[in-house]
Amino acid sequence: MAQSSAASHDETAPLTVRPLRHPGRWIGGAVVLLLTAELIRSTATNPRFEWDVVSEYLFSRAILVGLANTLQLTVVAMVLGTVLGTGLAVLRLSPNPVVSGMVGVYVWVFRAAPLLVQLLFWYNLAALYPSITLRVPFGGPVLVKFPAEQLVSVWTAALLGLSLHQAAYIAEIVRAGILSVDPGQREAATALGMPRTLTLRRIVLPQAMRAIVPPIGNEVIRMMKTTSLVSIIAVPELLNTAQTIYARTYETIPLLIVATIWYLVLTATLTVLQSSVEHRFGRGLERSERCPLRALPQVRARTTSAPPRSVADESRTPRVKR
Amino acid sequence: MRPLVHAVGVRKAFGLHEVLKGVDLSVEAGQVLCLIGPSGSGKSTMLRCINHLETIDGGELTVDGLHVGYERRGDVLREIPDREAARRRAEIGMVFQHFNLFPHMTVLENLVEAPVRVKKEKPAAAHDRARELLNRVGLADKGEAFPRQLSGGQQQRVAIARALAMEPKLMLFDEPTSALDPELVGDVLGVMEDLARTGITMIVVTHEMGFARAAADMVVFMSEGRIVEQGPPKSILSNPTQERTRAFLARVL
Ligand SMILES: Nc1ncnc2c1ncn2[C@@H]1O[C@H](COP(=O)(O)OP(=O)(O)OP(=O)(O)O)[C@@H](O)[C@H]1O
Ligand SMILES: [Mg+2]
Repeated sequence: MAQSSAASHDETAPLTVRPLRHPGRWIGGAVVLLLTAELIRSTATNPRFEWDVVSEYLFSRAILVGLANTLQLTVVAMVLGTVLGTGLAVLRLSPNPVVSGMVGVYVWVFRAAPLLVQLLFWYNLAALYPSITLRVPFGGPVLVKFPAEQLVSVWTAALLGLSLHQAAYIAEIVRAGILSVDPGQREAATALGMPRTLTLRRIVLPQAMRAIVPPIGNEVIRMMKTTSLVSIIAVPELLNTAQTIYARTYETIPLLIVATIWYLVLTATLTVLQSSVEHRFGRGLERSERCPLRALPQVRARTTSAPPRSVADESRTPRVKR
Repeated sequence: MRPLVHAVGVRKAFGLHEVLKGVDLSVEAGQVLCLIGPSGSGKSTMLRCINHLETIDGGELTVDGLHVGYERRGDVLREIPDREAARRRAEIGMVFQHFNLFPHMTVLENLVEAPVRVKKEKPAAAHDRARELLNRVGLADKGEAFPRQLSGGQQQRVAIARALAMEPKLMLFDEPTSALDPELVGDVLGVMEDLARTGITMIVVTHEMGFARAAADMVVFMSEGRIVEQGPPKSILSNPTQERTRAFLARVL
């Protein structure tokens, strides 16, 4: 048997390579497409979705204002959260155990308590503290006094809740970023006579950015969606605006679709932005590419016209033999 | 005159593990001292104590008459604040086994960072000197490159130039050629030998006995946290008196 099969094919003829067929995949794909088409058809033709109402409200003034508010909340909460979170991360790594311990408690509390609870808490702060006074500790004289209702307006409550919550997450991201930098970098800077804060600002943080930027991008997208929670304390952002409208018109499903469409658009936009930012930050890691984290730009501008460059250029120009 | 580096009975422990058990060391200004010894004998730790990258647990250590990280009040050495220690450290250059160049800066930026930010030199002046130093280590055309684009030997020469940019009165080297491919070691040792001839004070932890023989004024053999033997390279490397030195040299030579 073996002999006859060996003899039956020509040793010198080229062999044909045939990939394994997967008929199951084709059938599975066809079924999924069919189901999707049916879902789209029923959604598009089902009168309860009221697509005409959706298109009526999608670009309506009220919804666009709500959208702008959502964006504003996202940006402000992210900026405040990032600034505060970076500060917390630095303190968390402080050699003082009391300081780093307190930051640890902060991070634990603001990550462990549900954001919804935190928002309700800040909203109701007015009830807890009839007024907020700033005074010298241990019963000293009063320095400043605010009535709480005025200070903790719904916007302030929303921003306070979102930023303090976000700061706790950012603090952990930045801390991990700082710890990801080779300790030899800090040592080299220290050995050059750079004080601790200068080392952190010029050497450690710029390098930590590579590890920090991608997760912060995710946080921006998460925050954009999380802002919908503040609808509960009547901040007129996208979801709250939609709710206000359907409370009046009872067109609940179409208005929720309007809000969903905008959330999808924002998420898609931010995802595209995020990948381009990440691409920029990843570039310095490649051997042949320039690092995007530019330091001392004025210094670089000077050096491009400097002698060493022309020496290098000279060596590249072909020599003419005589 | 007092020696530039003066250590008396320096002790250092990590937890219960005593790494330096009373080290006495004197380095005169302009001398090149090579510190040799088996792995774990405390050479790096001693070097790091000299510029206060590590605290000491006992004894006394001065550079040019100053305790780098401390202030002496009567019989007590008090640790001084970071800023003050940084100022004193700025006068001591250090070169590490793994170069530790700043990867997010070009070579020139690596060289001018500390002079401009710490010594508040004018950027233009710092640049001129940086270029001079690059020329001296044979890398005049690499100012615009990033550390990642250089070979290990080139990176280490940049690291030497970076330390020299602060115009230190003492240079510390911790196994500067141990992480290099053998064919790149020569370039770095060449730069260090040139440097030794300029009259700067150097303490070099190394396993390169050829360098010790050629450039050192003094060789110190350390073992288990103590100095076992010291003297001119000829006598230590060729006629060691201590059994432990002989055993160590037999292994590395
Ligand atoms: N930060 C630290 N924490 C704990 N132990 C340490 C620390 N640094 C060094 N040691 C220990 O101290 C001892 C001496 O270390 P050191 O690095 O000074 O040795 P060395 O002579 O430089 O050795 P090598 O030739 O391997 O570099 C070693 O046993 C080491 O494990
Ligand atoms: Mg060592």
